[in-house]
Amino acid sequence: MRHLLSTQGLPRDEAIAILDVAEDMAAVSEREVKKLPTLRGKTVINLFFEDSTRTRISFEAAAKRLSADVINFAAKGSSVSKGENLKDTAQTLAAMGADAVVVRHWASGAPKTLADAGWIDAGIVNAGDGTHEHPTQALLDAFTIRRRLHGAAARGKGLDGVTVTIVGDIVHSRVARSNVWLLTTLGAHVTLVAPATLLPVNLSGWPVETSYDLDDAIAQGPDVIMMLRVQAERMTAAFFPNAREYSRQWGLNDERMTALPTSSMVMHPGPMNRGLEISAGAADSPQSTVLEQVANGVSVRMSVLYHLLSGAVER
Amino acid sequence: MSVRTVLQHADITRALTRISHEILESNRGSDDLVILGIPTRGVTLAKRIAAIIQSVDPTPVTSGVLDVTMYRDDLAQNPTRATGPTDIPAGGIDGKTVVLVDDVLYSGRTIRAALDALGDLGRPRAVRLAVLVDRGHREFPIRADFVGKNLPSSMEERINVRLEEIDGSDEVTIG
Amino acid sequence: MSIRIVNATLPNGERADFTIERGVFTDATAADRTIDAAGLQALPGLVDLHTHLREPGFEQSETVLSGSRAAAMGGFTAVFAMANTMPVQDTAGVVEQVQSLGNDHGYATVRPIGAVTEGLDGVTLSEIGAMANSRAGVRVFSDDGKCVHNALLMRRALEYVKTFDGVVAQHAQEPTLTVDAQMNEGAVSSELGLAGWPAVAEESIIARDVLLAEHVGARLHICHLSTAGSVDVIRWAKARGIAVTAEVTPHHLLLTEELVRGYDARFKVNPPLRRDEDVHALRAALADGTIDIVATDHAPHPPEAKECSWAEAAFGMIGLESALNVVQQAVVDSGQLNWTDVARVLSQKPAEIGRLDGYATPFALGSAANLVLVDPSARSTFSTESLRGKSTNSPYLGRELPGRVMTTIHNGYETVRDGDVVDAAEVAQQARLAESEAANV
Repeated sequence: MRHLLSTQGLPRDEAIAILDVAEDMAAVSEREVKKLPTLRGKTVINLFFEDSTRTRISFEAAAKRLSADVINFAAKGSSVSKGENLKDTAQTLAAMGADAVVVRHWASGAPKTLADAGWIDAGIVNAGDGTHEHPTQALLDAFTIRRRLHGAAARGKGLDGVTVTIVGDIVHSRVARSNVWLLTTLGAHVTLVAPATLLPVNLSGWPVETSYDLDDAIAQGPDVIMMLRVQAERMTAAFFPNAREYSRQWGLNDERMTALPTSSMVMHPGPMNRGLEISAGAADSPQSTVLEQVANGVSVRMSVLYHLLSGAVER
Repeated sequence: MSVRTVLQHADITRALTRISHEILESNRGSDDLVILGIPTRGVTLAKRIAAIIQSVDPTPVTSGVLDVTMYRDDLAQNPTRATGPTDIPAGGIDGKTVVLVDDVLYSGRTIRAALDALGDLGRPRAVRLAVLVDRGHREFPIRADFVGKNLPSSMEERINVRLEEIDGSDEVTIG
Repeated sequence: MSIRIVNATLPNGERADFTIERGVFTDATAADRTIDAAGLQALPGLVDLHTHLREPGFEQSETVLSGSRAAAMGGFTAVFAMANTMPVQDTAGVVEQVQSLGNDHGYATVRPIGAVTEGLDGVTLSEIGAMANSRAGVRVFSDDGKCVHNALLMRRALEYVKTFDGVVAQHAQEPTLTVDAQMNEGAVSSELGLAGWPAVAEESIIARDVLLAEHVGARLHICHLSTAGSVDVIRWAKARGIAVTAEVTPHHLLLTEELVRGYDARFKVNPPLRRDEDVHALRAALADGTIDIVATDHAPHPPEAKECSWAEAAFGMIGLESALNVVQQAVVDSGQLNWTDVARVLSQKPAEIGRLDGYATPFALGSAANLVLVDPSARSTFSTESLRGKSTNSPYLGRELPGRVMTTIHNGYETVRDGDVVDAAEVAQQARLAESEAANV
């Protein structure tokens, strides 16, 4: 694998291969020596044009457990904020000998531009680009679902027939996009639930069902319900009237929790707005996978870095 | 180049039985013995050896799996390899005698990786190596303690180990 | 110097020989120089109603010299220079300066467009009368790049410009519907996670403005139509007798939003590339006359404006050198337009809208000798070698396009000879000569 830019177009066998290696990486994370020599001598640069401590430390832990050297390059307060453009930044990282660049950018498509423009030869991992995709988040979500369903027998399996309901700000969510493509590639059925203002205007190319009504969606008894973070600034832009109304209509509160089958998983990519899109009771229930998602994030990112950097370089 | 069979089912069984007895003898019984197979065929051989030992000495013998992919030194020369699970028997390897089992001993690089992998899992009292076939051409100062058959070969020749559990029949060919 | 052109094919398909002396077509049969135009298509000199020459203010992207040289390379003999320079073309002084730069260089007639509002601020009318009555004789007014979105101001602009026989060229984009917009809003923008630019943001302004134009009895020109819905509105307005004209760019006739999938900023343009359905509606509208003209919206940018993430990149593509090739590919080779239509949409009609003299009766004895000879059978891969302006932000690099401009003649002298632009010093000297001859007549 040369780059990981999106889950759209990621073949099923490649996705499963990433999840399977992640199982072995998870085993490493459970032993006393949590380190492998696999990427010794490789340099991974975390290039973050947007703050995200969680994602950055997850990638940092993943790279370090594989013995890669990690350099963190945050755009704030650096040459980037002084008007240096993406090309100059990329060429600087290339000159430093980067083997892989993990890039988080506020602009959709920036990782693809880095991968395609010829400014740098390194493998590019998209760690979240604008409102486009966040492929490692979707992979760790799929990994979490698969593990909960199949435990130690998860290797080699997809998510065939699993029903997943994603609720919230779909239109601005890179997590939702990556999950829609990946989960359906793995055989899951995805339903999106949101007010019309928070759904893309045209979903003709998306292999999903949509609904405006969360109670209806819960009554279907989905295997997984994934709550998305709602940004406060959406209210000022008239996507919905206020937090109270949003919470009443599309929040996973305690009452809706009791209507959900006890076998349903409750997922959230974090950070959560407790009391807005998810109640404390739902977030902390045994059905919640929130902390597993964080732990699995490291294993999945180890697997992704392994797939990008361990084999003979494809050109 | 013509392909010829060098070990048949009965030869393989005989070799493994001999290896099992040698292991018991050198370990003075099966106490604190951990048999670890290196995927893919080493795992099958390790299971067979553990079963033979068990049939001779009633003390339970545990076998497991040691995946060495992440420790290999040739990852960059090949397409990305799939990894596999490592399965260490309960009780771990600290203070135990670990017998590594592989089908063919060649350059020694796989065993070098296995020794590194073991080091990250604990501190065995001793590590031994058992192989079905030793074909020579070592690139590391590594030798096997228990060998089913020494098979001098040219580097152009290909040694193919087939085992019933995986391939449907037992056979070692060279060609 | 007189030029005789033999064996040319006129737009109507007739074979013709003609002679050019002192800037006009004459009936002489001998000349200083003869061009054999066998197999070549003769067209009247092309007129671009929508060019960004960037001078003054953005000379790193383009200058009047480099932009008019690019125009000549593409077969254009006249360009209308948009007002969004720095300073803005909102006073008689600036428009006269731009026009005189064009006259001095001589590659093409440069007619400045005046800003509708001071500094393109959308608040205060600029000195439209002063620009109209200046030596530049401005007749086209536009805040292009920005929409005159205040309805009352648009009404006043239409009325006031009418006073000077001018036309307001509207950049139709409702700003509140296109905050941070990056590409056409639809299935592709949903997948790519780029903020959508809905068709209705264009169509609603056009609908409002044709009604305003009808109400005040003014001429209105709509820049770069890009959607099927806009075509419907224009068709309705024309049927109603409203004095509206409309333009389409070559790129909106050929390229679709699918190209955005690679996030290559060369395809970032305002208005955005639209759906395949829109492209087909625009072609049909150009063929049936609903859309009056093709204009390039040639928008040069320096490399750094495109070597960045999509959202950070500047809007715009260059188009002068490729316009005729793209029109041939999109609508001529498909049989929707013949060469008479091409002459109409790329020469006569834009000249008429812009009140540019000399283009009403092409090739007629005594009329101005502005023409282009094209080899429609040529095919080549468009590359930076094909460009003669300063910038390289073309969406066609690496793409095979039909047709090649072999000769461009502006006011009786060659600006393109044997498929390449003539040296700047020679063109400038010919331009001075032509000016003095015109003065003597």
